[in-house]
Amino acid sequence: MLGFLIRRVLQAAFVVLVVTLLVAWAVRLSGDPAVMLTQGAGSVTAKDLANIRTGLGLDRPFSAQYLGFLGGMLTGDMGRSFIGGTSVGLLIRHALPLTILLAVVSLALSIAASIPLGIHAAVKRGGTADQVIRILSLVGLSFPNFWLGLMLVLIFGINLGWLPPSGAGEVSGIVMPAATLAIILTATNVRLVRSTMLDTLSQQYIMVARSKGLKQRVVLYRHALRNCAIPLVTYIGLQFGGLIGGVVVVERVFNWPGMGSLAFDAVSSRDYPVLQAVVTVLAALIVTVNLAVDVAYGLLDPRIRSE
Amino acid sequence: MTAALLSVRNLTVEFPTLEGPFTAVAGLDLEIEAGRTLAVVGESGSGKSVTSLAILRLTDYTGGRITNGQVMFTPRDGVAIDLARASEARLEAIRGNEIAMIFQEPMSSLNPVFTVGDQIAEAIVLHQDCSSADARKLAQALLEKVRMPDARTMLDRYPHQLSGGMRQRVVIAMALSCQPKLLIADEPTTALDVTIQAQILNTIRDLQQEFGTAVIFITHDMGVVAEMADDVAVMWRGRKIEQAPVRELFAQPAHEYTRALLAAVPRLGSMSGTKLPRRGSVAQDTADMTAPLIAAESLTTTFPIRQGLLRRVTRLVHAAERVSFDIFPGETLSLVGESGSGKTTIGRTLQQLIAPSSGIIRFKGQDVTRMDHNARRRLKREVSYVFQDPYGSLDPRKTVGFSVAEPILTHNLLPCRNISQRVAELLEQVGLLPEHARRYPHSFSGGQRQRICIARALACDPKLVIADEAVSALDVSVQAQIIDLLMQLQAQRGLAYLFISHDMAVVERISHRVAVLYLGQIVEIGTRAQVFEDPRHAYTRKLLAAVPVAEPGRPIDRRLVAGEIPSPIRRVGDPPVANNFDEVAPGHLVAR
Repeated sequence: MLGFLIRRVLQAAFVVLVVTLLVAWAVRLSGDPAVMLTQGAGSVTAKDLANIRTGLGLDRPFSAQYLGFLGGMLTGDMGRSFIGGTSVGLLIRHALPLTILLAVVSLALSIAASIPLGIHAAVKRGGTADQVIRILSLVGLSFPNFWLGLMLVLIFGINLGWLPPSGAGEVSGIVMPAATLAIILTATNVRLVRSTMLDTLSQQYIMVARSKGLKQRVVLYRHALRNCAIPLVTYIGLQFGGLIGGVVVVERVFNWPGMGSLAFDAVSSRDYPVLQAVVTVLAALIVTVNLAVDVAYGLLDPRIRSE
Repeated sequence: MTAALLSVRNLTVEFPTLEGPFTAVAGLDLEIEAGRTLAVVGESGSGKSVTSLAILRLTDYTGGRITNGQVMFTPRDGVAIDLARASEARLEAIRGNEIAMIFQEPMSSLNPVFTVGDQIAEAIVLHQDCSSADARKLAQALLEKVRMPDARTMLDRYPHQLSGGMRQRVVIAMALSCQPKLLIADEPTTALDVTIQAQILNTIRDLQQEFGTAVIFITHDMGVVAEMADDVAVMWRGRKIEQAPVRELFAQPAHEYTRALLAAVPRLGSMSGTKLPRRGSVAQDTADMTAPLIAAESLTTTFPIRQGLLRRVTRLVHAAERVSFDIFPGETLSLVGESGSGKTTIGRTLQQLIAPSSGIIRFKGQDVTRMDHNARRRLKREVSYVFQDPYGSLDPRKTVGFSVAEPILTHNLLPCRNISQRVAELLEQVGLLPEHARRYPHSFSGGQRQRICIARALACDPKLVIADEAVSALDVSVQAQIIDLLMQLQAQRGLAYLFISHDMAVVERISHRVAVLYLGQIVEIGTRAQVFEDPRHAYTRKLLAAVPVAEPGRPIDRRLVAGEIPSPIRRVGDPPVANNFDEVAPGHLVAR
């Protein structure tokens, strides 16, 4: 188990390293920040632009810039934003908890909804409840997340006025962004729970459990659900990457000051240090979640634990 | 005891299908008294398993519906109840408590994520008013009762850490945990090796006597019926066609189907005194013992187990260990042994599906391992394979004609326009019709599918066919037909067979020579008569003694069989000691 863990941590570290290289390279394809900074500043000479680049350290060769960024990531000093000169570390310290909060709450909501719904659909396979759940799930899958977000804002924020339409100022501010993400996650998760549950319920040990006289609830939630856990946890781990992608968009819609908003602003202003750091931190987060999933396998399934 | 413990009257079970309801059990009557054993026999599709589920109304969960009839059961309180109409709560109180079940597949009967102890204790806590600590003690006592070695530590093991026989013991312990009045055992030993089967049957018999439990024993194996049953009910296509006390049924079967079923059962010892295998009354004198077709010399196949950070090979599975044998043209050599003995590995190594770790395979005197790529490819046409599972070995999305033609296409043996003609011939040779080529596998029965697989194996006109448990998954009557077909093809084409099987009675029927495998090594090899009539190695004797014989009232040797086959996994650099052989008679080699 320890050997397995060390191997996986090394693999994860390598993945993050490759991501940093790709990010540093790709960020520099987005255009010249000096031009962006001087937009609307009247007459700008080529010399002015060159001075700005020198000031930002952009005249150095790519390898030097990349190594500087990498060193900064390792020491925790991630440099300063091109816009306003705020410490990147400070920006991330404010934004990251909000993003994690949003991701975790929406994931938890989705799991809480999709497990009972999926199990119910599997048990009533082919029945009315199953049909309704499957149709609703298809509807949920068809919504683009930003559209769903806007509709929620329109209905609950503006027309009904029940919830604050944007921002993270009040506790209730999280309800709509989390609901938006959770609805879309649930649409896929319900189908996954349903199909893994159908598979598990056809196993002989389920019939054995019933033949012992166990109640339906115990059979489903103790015997069957534990065996569905591996595919579910795998899928949720994979889904986490997509969820972070969704968070970026949804944060923007609800003006939620997390990593997504930070990344969005950094892209539009070609703010290399912020963008590089945000993408790297998010990549590290996704890789860590998947690492945790690998470890969770062992906890969930004794067959994997003993290997 | 006059009143029946369980009496099933006019039971009908239906399953809805797209073409209307399918009647799996029709108007069935069964009766069982306390403490007796009723065997329900029948071939696949006879409705025997559905019956076993319907008694506890577990058919509710498989989509089935009891449309008619009664299942009257007398529980401990003495008030009879109709289970077909009982409430779910009443059924839950009876399941696992008054009526318990054992299922066929011990490998999938236990929930993989819970410990053995928890799974046994679960039923105890549910039905008996006791704490989980007491339940655990009781679970340990039960494991000791079913003769589980080291019961205390077993409580905390997970199912995957146990062998098939041990798992079935756990399932039995679980079923008996509340001392039920009735035990329904659905093919409980079918998936087990014969020596393990003998142990499990002994255990069930002993416990039945101790607790006075009535047993409904569902099986297709007439040998098991003869050893276990007081009464026998024969089922065919959802109906009971005959019921009689066991001796009566074996001595004077009343129904034609029962007679056919009993006639088809391969009986160990039925070939005594004959030298060659027989097809009908014709001796199968096809073997040409002048020069071997294929020879394995000191064949060793190991599989590495990698562990640790650097994935170093720490241990080796010794699947086949210095195995030597010859197969002559037109001869059937059988490899017998229990699971893990290396039979399949040897077959696959001969077919070059697996590369041997060391040793030589000679085909017509030529060393296969030194052949170039093209020669090896040609050799693959000479050796073909028939697999155990006729359902899994045909592509469901390809027509039967395509599957049979594929080897011809792959090896480019015939011009395209002649292929369909050839496929038609092959299908006729295996007893099918040329027009079957256009159909898909799902429209065929298991036996027909195995015929298709044989046709495919013959497509390249091979010299050797490796039949790996090729008849094991088939019903006895179909099994007899396929064996007959294999022998007929051997006579027509001079085919050699490597017949891999765990079924001693089938092996006795088809073989010219037999090799007995134990832990990857041959322990005894000789002609069929030598091995079956004069077994010299202790393991061969044990194997023969463990086979249930379809002869009621025959005394059962209970001393035999104990323990399990040891593990073939060993540390690197610690290979097992190779057997040395004594030649006790010409061609009869026995490990020392």
